[in-house]
Amino acid sequence: MKKKYVKSLIGIGVNAMNKTVSLISKNFKNLDPKSLQEYLHAGGYLGLEKALASTPAQVIQEVKKSGLQGRGGAAYPTGRKWEQAAAVEGPRKIVICNADEGEPGTFKDRYLLQYDPFKIIEGMTIAAYAVGATEGYIYIREEYKKLQDQMKIVIASALEGGFLGDNILGTGLCFHIKVVSGAGAYVCGENSTLIESIEGKSGRPRIKPPYIKEKGLFGLPTLVNNVETFSVIPVIFEIGAEEYSKYGTEFSKGTKLISLCGNIQYPGTYEIPFGLTLREIIYDIGGGIRDGKKLKFLQLGGASGAILPASKIDIPYTYEDFEGNGLTIGSGAILIADETNKVVDYMKSVQDFFLHESCGKCTPCREGNRQLSKIINRFVSGTASIEDFQTVERFARVMKYCSFCGLGQTAPSALLSAIQHFPDEFYQQIHKVRKIM
Amino acid sequence: MKYYQITIDHKQITVPEGTTILEAAKLVNIKIPTLCYHPDQSIKANCRICLVEISGKDDLVAACSTPVWEGANILTNSRLVRDMQKGVLELILANHPQDCLRCIRNGNCELQNLCEIFHIAKSNLEDEVDALPVDDSSPSLARDHRKCIKCNRCIEMCQDVQGVSILSHAHRSIKYNITPAFERNLMDTLCVFCGQCSSVCPVGAIYEKDDTDKVWEAIDDPKKHVIVQIAPAVRVSIGDAFGMAPGTKVTGKVVAALRRIGFDKVFDTDFTADLTIMEEGSELLHRMKDHGILPMITSCSPGWINYIEGHYPHLLRHLSSCKSPQQMFGALSKTYYAEKIGLDPANIFTVSIMPCTAKKYEASREEMISNGYREVDAVLTTRELARMIKTSSIDFIGIEEEEFDLPFGISTGAGVIFGATGGVMEAALRSVYELATGTALNNIEFTDVRGLEGIKEATVVINDQPIKVAVAHGLSNARKILDYIDNGQCDYTFIEIMCCPGGCIGGGGQPIGSTLAVKEQRIQGIYAIDQDMPIRKAHKNPAVLKLYEEYLGTPLGHLSHKLLHTTYRARSEDLHLLSLWQKETASSKE
Repeated sequence: MKKKYVKSLIGIGVNAMNKTVSLISKNFKNLDPKSLQEYLHAGGYLGLEKALASTPAQVIQEVKKSGLQGRGGAAYPTGRKWEQAAAVEGPRKIVICNADEGEPGTFKDRYLLQYDPFKIIEGMTIAAYAVGATEGYIYIREEYKKLQDQMKIVIASALEGGFLGDNILGTGLCFHIKVVSGAGAYVCGENSTLIESIEGKSGRPRIKPPYIKEKGLFGLPTLVNNVETFSVIPVIFEIGAEEYSKYGTEFSKGTKLISLCGNIQYPGTYEIPFGLTLREIIYDIGGGIRDGKKLKFLQLGGASGAILPASKIDIPYTYEDFEGNGLTIGSGAILIADETNKVVDYMKSVQDFFLHESCGKCTPCREGNRQLSKIINRFVSGTASIEDFQTVERFARVMKYCSFCGLGQTAPSALLSAIQHFPDEFYQQIHKVRKIM
Repeated sequence: MKYYQITIDHKQITVPEGTTILEAAKLVNIKIPTLCYHPDQSIKANCRICLVEISGKDDLVAACSTPVWEGANILTNSRLVRDMQKGVLELILANHPQDCLRCIRNGNCELQNLCEIFHIAKSNLEDEVDALPVDDSSPSLARDHRKCIKCNRCIEMCQDVQGVSILSHAHRSIKYNITPAFERNLMDTLCVFCGQCSSVCPVGAIYEKDDTDKVWEAIDDPKKHVIVQIAPAVRVSIGDAFGMAPGTKVTGKVVAALRRIGFDKVFDTDFTADLTIMEEGSELLHRMKDHGILPMITSCSPGWINYIEGHYPHLLRHLSSCKSPQQMFGALSKTYYAEKIGLDPANIFTVSIMPCTAKKYEASREEMISNGYREVDAVLTTRELARMIKTSSIDFIGIEEEEFDLPFGISTGAGVIFGATGGVMEAALRSVYELATGTALNNIEFTDVRGLEGIKEATVVINDQPIKVAVAHGLSNARKILDYIDNGQCDYTFIEIMCCPGGCIGGGGQPIGSTLAVKEQRIQGIYAIDQDMPIRKAHKNPAVLKLYEEYLGTPLGHLSHKLLHTTYRARSEDLHLLSLWQKETASSKE
């Protein structure tokens, strides 16, 4: 399935009943993204200056204090990741920004790349200082060709302005960044696969151990973070970790960029503090369901995320509440489906996506997706059998437990949750039941 | 070194840091099922059959790729593990042609073994076998992609061990497959036909072209006088196929079995190996004396010849012009032998039993024709001969040993060590030294050139002149030597190169399961035979000397040149592609 991005109908924050916030999104559409001057004028690089005034250990401490968790989907505590990266010995270390935003329904990194690219490289530079890296890469998905070009311009002007290069801000800090294009594979968003891809190999995940932090790109110690994670970093240093962590909840600190899409009145990227309920997000920020239709279900976190029925939208948008309900924040995608959508048809499009994007390396993902696709096709055509329920459940488990990487492990989660919440729609598609009905 | 105390299936054990769960389990006699794992290769972890449970963590890890940690509590046979392993196996089976009874690997297939263990009587999965054609373009190997389970062992063999890099992967998801570039047939690539891929394939996805029918047909034809030669390496390997210990010498049993099968005469390639030494040794001395091109490189290994012709054609002049022992035998069989027994060469059918798939290709080369006749009519690998022996209802283990026929049955220890890496070099040195100096060699065992080290060197003083020689086996090692020559860093006079790791005892046509450990045992077997031989120098072989006296004249003489030497040519993928393209455009115009 080729991902289609729903174009934002309106600007950020409009009609959001003041429930959105503007920390990492404050520059969106307010300045020329290619202009270093405008970025500086808006307070850009204050974060880096502050960070460079402290020791690398203090920088890491500050990130830990902010409670920031990786925004790419795995939600690993960023400070802890940096601390581990800093502890690895090595004369050459690498920082990579994962901008291979490929999760269907997700387009928040695109906004950051498009509207505030300097912030990303500022965050990367702070990371490089903290972990002792001298080389950086931004791996941007192939489909964001224009943003790759813009990023190259931005890097050149940061270099010219002394914010990148061999002697950053006169401190002797050395850090260079290269832009690398993806080649169109979803799986390259997985960090070890992304590294294989930068090395010029086909996109297939690596065995761990050795871990990326020890032997990553070209066998060198490597730190990989998501675009949004890096964009949060300058904010943390600009306003202080304490101030940043006032946003959100006790276990989900700060803010999150969400990609709201589907049958929603105002689709777009919004920055929200953790803790709003899904209802608030849908109705107060998104303006409710388009064309006055009723909400039927949501898919959270992208194609690999679970399906949630309309009855459960009072769950707060936090890591802890989501985990308790078998959901994941994932990439921050929130896809809205109204009453006209058939769950089974929707699941076919999700399954088609995974069948297309599995890299084929390991048995459970390659063959599991093949079989799940066959089964979902039977449900769509009304020729499924009662055994197909057991088969889905059994092989979804095999995929979850046995797949080599996250792609295969999470590919069946949407289907499982769909069957759990909308069993009737699947039962109707069983051959004999259909005849009676 | 750090040690970790771990528990596997309720049994405690202490193992060094870095030990994988798979290795640790072996120490407590737990054999975790594997499929992509191969003891001589890197860890791939892509089949996912070796998963084990971390107790109390609701998590499975691949035993092959996960090193143990302090306090690890591992379950290898919990309900979850068994369910998941069975599930993975079911997924593989749903994509695998289940024609085991017709498969060349029936009874010798790692997937079949797993099915036996897990017994999947029925599955709710829908079978879908990839519709891919069988590539039988080459005379050596056939590839049946449909059976491929994507373990990637063949790729590692082709790319890392042999450095030929013909096999790679293409596409993704359910189209993911193992293939030469642009999904060409093997014959349209610079494949060297070493067959090492077939020797590591766990299933029947790549295998030797079976020529046993062709041989049966000749045997059944009363007009044909069918003779057979056995390569040195076969006598220490074919026993594997009958459950004997690796490296067991079964020369007499093979001779007896071949007679029971119906061959008219059973000869020994060791004889022409001795002859090769006479010719190659003389060529070396000639090149050294006349400032010919040095280093000279051996030419017995057809996979190696294919490699240099395809990948380093500018160095072809370094190759000895000697045909391989197989082809020397073939040439003599249609000339000297035909004359001697008074038969029309047209009625002589010459078969060779080789540890090698590339020998099939070699025998089919256009240069390999003597006296107007194809020198070798059929080449069987060790695996095919084992099949013929079984078809012939022969109790191989029990069969009484017999002797080779004359005149090509007399050989020396020099001939037999051709089967192991370093053997040709050692055999050559034994003779070259004595032929050049006229004095007897005291210590004939050149142990520096023996063993599984990738590149071995030795220096021999001949007439007060130190001669530096080298031995390489496995084409990635050959490549290093060729690069030395290219860079002008090479001070060797003579080099032995064998295509396959370990030499012919590790050939691509040897019984399945030729691991490094097995190869070591075969090498020991080869040198044990050498040690027991009454004559151990090629130039002392009375039958070889008689051949020169009666027929050939002198080494490098006119008749030798005609029958025992050959020429080489560059193999170009591009040229071949051009002809393919022309063929395609011609057919599209029609």
